[in-house]
Amino acid sequence: MLTQYATIGILFLGAIAFGSIAMILSRLLQPHRPYSQKMETYECGMVTRGTAWVQFKNSYFLYAMVFLIFDIETIFLYPWAVKFQSLGLFAIIEMFIFLTILIIGFWYAWKEGALEWQ
Amino acid sequence: MITLNHYLLLSAILFCIGLYGALSKKNAIAILISIELMLNAVNVNLVAITKFLTPGDITGQIFALFVIVVAACEVALGLAIVVAIYRDRSTVEVENLDWLKW
Amino acid sequence: MDLQVIAFWIIAFVTLGSALAVVYLTNIVHSALALIMTFLGIASLYLTLHADFLAAVQVLVYAGAVSILIVFGIMLITRGEGRMCETNTFGKYKYTAFVVIAALFGVISYFIIITPWQVTNGIVAEENMGTIGEVLFNNFVIPFELAAILLTVAMIGAIVIAREVKNLK
Repeated sequence: MLTQYATIGILFLGAIAFGSIAMILSRLLQPHRPYSQKMETYECGMVTRGTAWVQFKNSYFLYAMVFLIFDIETIFLYPWAVKFQSLGLFAIIEMFIFLTILIIGFWYAWKEGALEWQ
Repeated sequence: MITLNHYLLLSAILFCIGLYGALSKKNAIAILISIELMLNAVNVNLVAITKFLTPGDITGQIFALFVIVVAACEVALGLAIVVAIYRDRSTVEVENLDWLKW
Repeated sequence: MDLQVIAFWIIAFVTLGSALAVVYLTNIVHSALALIMTFLGIASLYLTLHADFLAAVQVLVYAGAVSILIVFGIMLITRGEGRMCETNTFGKYKYTAFVVIAALFGVISYFIIITPWQVTNGIVAEENMGTIGEVLFNNFVIPFELAAILLTVAMIGAIVIAREVKNLK
């Protein structure tokens, strides 16, 4: 069982090795003659303004939160969908109540404008 | 051979690292991150005990599932509170948030 | 040395190393990235414990959603003024907390080692998602619906707290 997942681990190690070997080789082989224009941030045609650390909008946070809640809904929905046929009517009613309760929350988020881009 | 004690000691170390961060950090988000580490350590404990003590019984994994649900709600609410505090006070350093003390 | 043992030690090393990085790095964005690494390490720890559904849930919820929320939270409260490498410093209880944690770890590990665990070497089911579904929807009905209520309450509460104050016209 673990051997099936060892493939993922080997792929992960291969990815890390590929990226780091490429970066280390280019660091070792490149000629290093920096001057001020070379060290600027790479951006086509625009002069950079301010720092990279700007404050984000609040809407991002609300989106991420609604995403988190419905992500958790998925982890209950998935085993239900796998065992859907053997569980019978009772499980369908359970899932219906579960979804109704969550949709009330979703309706509230919609009504309060948490999903609107201001 | 990996026994139950290995997993329990690993989760104890993880729990202690998380508690250390929660007690000693200044930034409120760092404290929330440390609490997530502690909850993860508890989950490792639950799953390890299920596997070694009652194999075939799946209750510990379901318990871990509910712990994950509660942890996600906790991080959503905690970050919302941190964001609200930041909007009001422009700081998230917990040592500055002492206006309830008099 | 079989695969199980090698995998456990590698995973334990990576998980604990990145957990230490979460606490010891002083740039909070680096801490959040190390946190994602810790979550992935714990997911692979679940794989060594034959809990593959929980491993998928760990990747989906923690490494996917919770870390996105934490990174957005960091972006929301960080302005470019201060230096980023001082956003996650230690408070004044650094050494006191270390003493307390060392004592706590001593106590926990002492009790782990002296407890006679009744280890039964039973066979763990290869495919446990179906089992989780059956047990969850037959024996855990009330906690399951309570989880829905908890999620709804958390979502509504977080929206009320985090939303900008509306302009009262």
